[in-house]
Formats: sequence, C-alpha cells, structure tokens
Amino acid sequence: MLSGWFVAALSTAYVLVLFAVARFGDARADAGRSIISANVYALSLAVYCTSWTFYGSVGRATSGGLSFLTIYIGPTLMLMFVGVIIKMIRISKAYRITSIADFIASRYGKSQLLAGLVTVIAVIGVVPYIALQLKAVSASLDVLFQYSDDKFLPWWLDSTLLIAAVLALFTILFGTRHLDATERHEGMVAAVAFESVVKLVAFMAVGLFVTYGMFGGFSDLFQRAAESPELARLLQLDSSRAGTWTAMILLSGLAIIFLPRQFQIIVVENVDESHLKRAVWLFPLYLLLINIFVLPLALGGLLHFQGQNLNPDTFVLTLPMARGAEALALLVFIGGLSAATGMVIVETIALSTMVCNDLVMPWLLRSTWLQVEKRQDLSGLLIGIRRVAIAVILLLGYIYFRAAGEAYALVGIGLISFAAVAQFAPAMFGGMYWKQGTRAGAVAGLLAGFGIWLYTLLLPSFAKSGWITSGFVEQGLFGISWMKAQALFGLSGMDEISHCLWWSLLANIGCYVGVSLNSRPDAVEAGQAERFVDVFRHAQRETDSRLWRGNASVDALVGLLERFLGPARARQQLGVYAQSRGAKDWHGLPADADFVHFAEAELAGAIGSASARVMVASVAQEEDLGLDEVLDILDEATQVRAYSRDLEAKQQELEAATADLRQANDRLRELDRMKDDFISTVTHELRTPLTSIRALSEMLHEDPRLELEARTRFLGIIVSEAERLTRLINQILDMAKMESGRAEWTTGEVDIGEVVRESMATLGQLFREKGVELAGDIPDSCPAVLADRDRLTQVMINLLSNAVKFVPGGNGRVGVRVGWDEKVVRVEVSDNGPGLTAEECVVIFEKFRQGGNTMTDKPQGTGLGLPISRQIVEYFGGNLWVESQPGAGANFIFTVPLPAPEE
Amino acid sequence: MKRASPVRQRFAALGLLGVPLLTYPLLSLPGGSLAGIPATYLYLFGVWAGLIALATWVAERRGK
Amino acid sequence: MAHKILIVDDEPNIVISLEFLMKKEGFEVAVATDGEEALAKVASFNPDLILLDVMMPKKSGFEVCEALRGDPSRAGLLIVMLTAKGRDTEVAKGLAIGADAYVTKPFSTKDLVVKVKSMLGVG
Repeated sequence: MLSGWFVAALSTAYVLVLFAVARFGDARADAGRSIISANVYALSLAVYCTSWTFYGSVGRATSGGLSFLTIYIGPTLMLMFVGVIIKMIRISKAYRITSIADFIASRYGKSQLLAGLVTVIAVIGVVPYIALQLKAVSASLDVLFQYSDDKFLPWWLDSTLLIAAVLALFTILFGTRHLDATERHEGMVAAVAFESVVKLVAFMAVGLFVTYGMFGGFSDLFQRAAESPELARLLQLDSSRAGTWTAMILLSGLAIIFLPRQFQIIVVENVDESHLKRAVWLFPLYLLLINIFVLPLALGGLLHFQGQNLNPDTFVLTLPMARGAEALALLVFIGGLSAATGMVIVETIALSTMVCNDLVMPWLLRSTWLQVEKRQDLSGLLIGIRRVAIAVILLLGYIYFRAAGEAYALVGIGLISFAAVAQFAPAMFGGMYWKQGTRAGAVAGLLAGFGIWLYTLLLPSFAKSGWITSGFVEQGLFGISWMKAQALFGLSGMDEISHCLWWSLLANIGCYVGVSLNSRPDAVEAGQAERFVDVFRHAQRETDSRLWRGNASVDALVGLLERFLGPARARQQLGVYAQSRGAKDWHGLPADADFVHFAEAELAGAIGSASARVMVASVAQEEDLGLDEVLDILDEATQVRAYSRDLEAKQQELEAATADLRQANDRLRELDRMKDDFISTVTHELRTPLTSIRALSEMLHEDPRLELEARTRFLGIIVSEAERLTRLINQILDMAKMESGRAEWTTGEVDIGEVVRESMATLGQLFREKGVELAGDIPDSCPAVLADRDRLTQVMINLLSNAVKFVPGGNGRVGVRVGWDEKVVRVEVSDNGPGLTAEECVVIFEKFRQGGNTMTDKPQGTGLGLPISRQIVEYFGGNLWVESQPGAGANFIFTVPLPAPEE
Repeated sequence: MKRASPVRQRFAALGLLGVPLLTYPLLSLPGGSLAGIPATYLYLFGVWAGLIALATWVAERRGK
Repeated sequence: MAHKILIVDDEPNIVISLEFLMKKEGFEVAVATDGEEALAKVASFNPDLILLDVMMPKKSGFEVCEALRGDPSRAGLLIVMLTAKGRDTEVAKGLAIGADAYVTKPFSTKDLVVKVKSMLGVG
C-alpha cells in the first residue's frame, strides 16, 4: 500500500537530487571545468522523450501498432544531416542567437514583427504540450493512489498545481541565473541528461518486468497476441497508411530541431560542435532502446487487462501495480516524472526567453516609462521579466490542463505541437541556404502555414472537445463543403496530421517562395541573408563593420551595455573584447563600426537581435545605407573573395608554369649539352681522317723523293680516309635531316624478301672476299609492307656489313631470315662473331659508339650506321634491336608492321 | 573555401540510405515471423540498429 | 744517341704517318694503340717523349698522362697530347694534369717536328 506521504517524500527527494545535479553542473561551469561532455550533450537531447513518449507511446501502440516508431525514426534520420545542425550552431554562436524566434527574426533583418510572430506560434503550439506533461504527472499520481484511499493533500491544494509550482521554482533557479541566454545553462543541461538516464532505466525496467516477468519473453508475447485477431493487427504494418508513415517521419524529423526545447538544447546549449558527432549515434541509440519494449508493453497490457477498459496510456504503471510490484511502480513514476519535468523545464526556459525578448521587450522599449525613467541597471528587470514569464507559461499550462482535462484537445496535442513548429521549417532552411528569401516571404509563409494549422488541426481539436461547434469540421465553414477543416478541397483519406502537414507546408512554402521572389529585401535583410548563408565562408568581421556607418560614442554604447547586462558583466565582456582587439582596456577603443557591432551582439544575447538593433540605434546615429549600397558592399565582398580565389588559382597556375618552364629549361640544357657533345664528337670524327690525310699529303708534298712503295701506300691511305670522310659527312647530314624531320621518304609497297635478297647480292662480293659464309632463309613471297625501299635497303646493308665486319675471317657465318605473323614482318641477321655484352647491346645504338675492336675496324665504321638504321625502322613503326651474349654471336632483328587489313 | 568534411558527408549518406530503408514501399516487404517475433518488428529495429552502428563507426573511428 | 719517341694512337693511319714522320727525323720510334699498351711500352721502351692521343679505348690519354705523372721515376718524360677535340677545356685539362704540350689534330707536320725537336733540345 503506497502512502501518499511516501510518494510525496520520494518525489521531493528526487527533485532535490535534480537540484544537486544542477547545482553541481553550475558550480563546475563557474569554475571553468564544464561537465558537459559529448555524452552529456547526447543524453540531454533525449529531452525529446517526454511523458508523451513515456506513457503515450504504449497508448499509441495499442491502437496504431508499430506506427509510433515514426516519431523516433524521423529524428534518427534528421540527425544524420549534421551539416545543417552545425550551420545553425555556427550562425547562432556568431550572432549570439538565443532562440528559434531570434534566429528567424535575425535572419530576416532583425525584425521584431517576425520575432513576435514566431513566439506567438511557439507559445500557442507548445503551451498545451506543457499542459500534457502536467496531466501525465497528475494521471500517474492518480494511478498510484487508485490503489490506496490515502488522501494526503488537503482539498484546496491540487497536486498538479504543486508540481507546476515546484517546476517553476526549479526553472527560475537554474534557467535565469545569468541574463545572457547565450551563456549556457550547464546545470540545467546536466540535470536534463540525468533525467534522461532515469527515464530510460525506469522504462527498460518495466519493459523487462512485463516481457520476461509477466510473460515468457518476446516470442511468447507476440505469439499470444497473434492468436487474437484484434491484437494480431497491431503486429503488422498497414500499407494503406504508407503516406502517414512518411509524413510522421518528416514531421518528427523537423520537430527534433525546431521544437523550442530542442533548439535550446541542440543549438543554444551546445558547448562544442564536435559533441554532435557523438549525439548523431548515441541519441538514436537511446531512442531505439526506449522503444524496444513499447510494443511488448502494449500487447502485455491488452492481454492482461482484457475487457477491463483501462486507459492504455497508464499501462506502464498499471501493469506492475497489478502484480503488486510497488517498488517498480514507484521507479516508473519517477521515470515519468523525469520525462515530464525535463521537458517542462527546458521548454519553459526557451519560451520565456522568446516571450521576454520578442514580446515584452519590444513593448517595454516602445512604452514611454522605460525611456523616461532611464534606469541605470535594467538587467535585474530583464531577469524579472523572464522569471515572471516562466511562472506565467507554467500557469497557462496548468490552466489549459484544468480546462481540457480528458478532452481530445489535450490527448492529441503532441503531434499537433509538432505540426505547429514544422511551420518554422521553410523560413529556417530557406534562411540558411537561400539568400533571396525575404522578410515579407517569411511572414507570409508563417502566417499561411500557421493559419492552416489553426484551421485544420487546433480548432478541430477544440471542436472534438466540444468547446466550439464542429460545423466547420463536418460541413465546412459556412456550409461550404470544400472548406471542411480536415478535408480541405475535398482532400480526404489521410489522417488529420498528414492532412494538416501537407496543406500547411504547401501554403507555407508557396507563400514563402512566391512572396520572396516578388519582394525586395531592405538593406539590413540583405546583409543578414549574406551572413547567414555564407557563415562557413570566412570570418565576417570585416564585412560586418563595412555594413555599418555612422556616429556613435563609446560612452553611450558602454552605458547601454551596463544598463542591460549589468555593470559587472558589461565590464567583463568589454575586457574580453578589448583583448581581442589587442588593446589593454576598452577606454581607448574607438567607437567604430566594429565596436558598434560588438555592442549590438552583446545586447542581442540579452534582449534579442531585434531589440538590440533598436537600442543601438537609439544611442548611435547610423547613416542609412541604402539597399543598393549594401548590395554593392556585399557584392564587393563576394568579388574580393572571388578575386582572391582567382588569385590563388592564378598563383597555382604560375607555380605550375614555372615548374614546367624549369623542366623545359633543364631539358633544353640537357639537349644543349648533348648537342655540344655531338658537335665535339663530330669534330673529332671529322678531324681524325683529316689528320692522316694532312700529315701524309704534307709528307708527300715535302719529300718528292719518297720511295714509290711508300708513295703508293700513302696515297692509298689518303684515298680511303677521304672516302671515310665523305661517308661520314653524308651520314651526319642524313642523320641531321632525319632528326629534324626534313628527310625525304618515298613510301610505297615494298616486298621485304626482295629487299633482303638484293642487299645480300650487293654485298656478296665483300663476303666472298673475307671468306664469310652468307646464308638466307627467305620465303619466295613475302607480304608487302608500306615503307621506303631504298631506306630499307640501307638498313639491310648496314646490318650485313656490320656482321661481316665482326665475324672472324675464314670461318665466319652470317644468316639472314625473314618471317612474319599477323602484325609484323621480322628480319633477323645473325652472326657467329664475338657477341656483345648486355651494356653494349644498348650503347651500340648511340651515335658514334662502336662495338668491337675499333683499332681494326675504325676506318670503315662511322658509328652512325646503327642509329640511322634504327631511326629508319622506327619511322615505319617498327623496332630494331639486338639479342646477344658475349662469345655467342649477335642477332640483329628488325620488324616492320604490316598494314592493317582493310575491313 | 573548405569542402564539406568527409565525416559529415558520410553521415548524410547514411541519412539518405535510411530514408528509403525505413519507409514504404520497402517496409511492406518483410512478412511473417521469425522465432515468434514478427518480421516487420525485427526489420525495423534491425535496420535502425544497423544505421546506428554505421553512424557509430563513422563517428568514433580514429585516424584515416 | 737518338731520342726515343713513343707514339700512342688508336687510329692506324695516324700511327703510320707519325711513325714515318718521326723516323724520318731520325728518332727511335715505338708504337702503342691503346692506353694500357702505352704504359707497358713506356716501361719497356723507356722513351724520352710521348705523342699521346686523348681518345683511346681502355685507357684515355688523360689517364695515361696522370699515371705517368704519378710515377716520380718518369719525371723527365715529355708528354705531348694529341687531340681531335679542339675545345679549350680539353687543352686546359691536358695541361693541368701535367702534359708538356698540346697539339690539335689535324696538325702541321712541320710544326710538330719543330715542337718535338725544341722540346727535346735538338736541332
């Protein structure tokens, strides 16, 4: 038997633990040792799982089977697009953005109108959701006490009100310690992460208890459910609801980043972008774990309480209670309390910031008394406003809860809230990725989407609760049938949420895009669009300062900061800023654009960007930059970026070109050196025969009485050296012509066999003189190749005369063979001479390199024969090479390709 | 200008992979049951867990 | 007693002409056709002067010259380098490693004879 006092004491103890955790988190943050690690950040994201998850998922599963999973699959998929979230974080940090209303307002020209509109949508959409949390706590208490007669509270004190009050106190204590909302609430985040663990543990515990304690495990549960046709339906997906399935995934995917509490946790409370990397998988893992037992619990409840008509939303509590597991039931109660309180705390902080900055401040700043009074320190007032806002929001939630009770308007509010915040999506995504999106477009889109949401979702839920007549739902507004709230233009066959999502997003996106394209942004808007969309590009300080021109005084701005931030904090921030500009303290700083920008950003952190702009404008005379001028500046910035990119590219090109030139230069030098060597070698080769000729002829000339025998000998040498010289000159010219591409070629069909036979015949005498055997293996008809007949003959003669030069006289043997395959004709000239080393096989094809004993052969060789032959063969697309080993003779081979067969 | 980081691109690819896997018409494929547990239930949680495992691998592996 | 001259060149026709020329002037002549043979002949023939071609197989004229200059017992040996490569660097290199004179091919027989005789201190 649970005593009311015991439950009260336990709840109090739990809240005290939360206080302790939050206190610890704040103390660590103050000491500069943040406890917000990647894991804590990921867990705090689970504030997404409210009591609507904790109790409601099981309820949804009892009617919709597995469709409840979409609410958790959507966030899983959305988080994978980390780039989008990082961009939101980057923008928010750069411009001290503290809420989703501020984000949208700031992007579209720091518009107070937009900020207010977003705030109103968020409050209307989310306050009932807060009421739902209160209701869940209250309902869970009811279940606990259902089993006891103990009334522990006096009749005039309502437990739900008490809970609301405690939550308000908690939120006020940990949500409004500092004024600057970009100053993160680390204690609160720590508490929320702690609560996430508690609710997961509680839910898993009851899941295990029911699945394995009350039933025989998963398969037992599922099999027993499958026996009943009604329950078997829950085990299968209904393909006819495929559209709803996808719509829910989209809806929950948007909710995970646009619900005010999610924006608060994911963006505003983010300490370090790298934490996201952990959250991308840890948070979905959390969602997966908390969902595993939902269906088993639903089936278990339905099986166990068959025919008892119990509210399935309370199965998680009633199941353990029915088995008398009171301790477990208490744990579940605490888990549900965690889910509810976590949501309420974060949501109220987020909403109170929005209400304070975007509804109350603009009104206060406009009203006269604040101006007149000129209070020195407004930071206290600001905190006061936020605290009151927190209390009022919770009170509103409580009132809604009291008024709605069991009505549909409360039960169905979870998804209705999601659909409300989904209206932020076009303005948010458009704002981050589309520079052309304008304020007018955003206002139009939000109004259209919100209007449709009101008409197709919220008002019908009121009608279902019986608060207003349901005529517009059933017959259409004024009886016009296409105005039926949940079948607009006759679109039926969808569930109400998909129906609303479809029409509202259509209207929202349509108006946003259409109006944006047909409106011109003003100067401030254009600047903000540039900053938001290009936030990754570069540090924008320079552009920022160029976008502001006017007169300001440091004192006036500092005065402003002191009034809104409080003197201590203002000084501290000024000090940090002065340091960043390299100054000792802020007194010497000029009141330039950069300073104005800093002051405005600081103020934006405290009172929102729209109000901050108004306040800065009140003390500084800003010159009005026209839209064209702003666009010019932005274009210029873009151009400068483009130029610098171009320059970078140019520089790289130049570097590449320089490298190429250097290489080319090296090649030229190498060629030059080779040419030098060549000339020097040619000179040597020419001078050598000249030397003999000159010396011998001088001797003949000087000594007419020389013996006849010597005369004849000398004249013989002179003639042969002169021949050598002639040959050399011819070959050098030949070579030079070929190398410069000026050689003349007469290409025609040539029968290689014939060329070989003729060459052999030409040199036959030489071979016979030396006593060298020349054998040919040449088929009678060889395929014709395309080549220059004379040139091929030149090659052949060169190879044959080389061979005869190197084989030993008397027993030398030279063999010639001609063969072919489908691609080439192959000619081989083999000898039984001394052979060549592997190195020689290569160098003999270089100019003026001769093989063998030059002493004996030099008069005949020029060292150009083989290089020329190789050039000739290669000109016709063939190859010339030698295969040889020392002492084993040499085999010179050349190939000439056959013409490709014509098709 | 920096290019989007490879880790972010891998995450986005996982997201794009998850969308068709976790929506219709693929979702209507699994039928019947396995060891008494409905195949749809196993499929949904299996794919979901698979995506999470891949994301973990992308996020937590060290070095290149 | 006639001075001894060693002719080193790998071109047979040049050897023939030099040999004839020097013999005609009354010198005692020996011939080598590569660098290694030259060093062997220096040892066996003990010449007073070498006409040394630069471009030769096995050992180049420069190498032969260096080897001879590294041998103190051959300090009095006169070396005349012959080269067909007319580049200044070759001349400089030849003189740097200790050649006594440098003659470019093709040479005037008269001038060569005069140069050889003056180096040997005859005629």
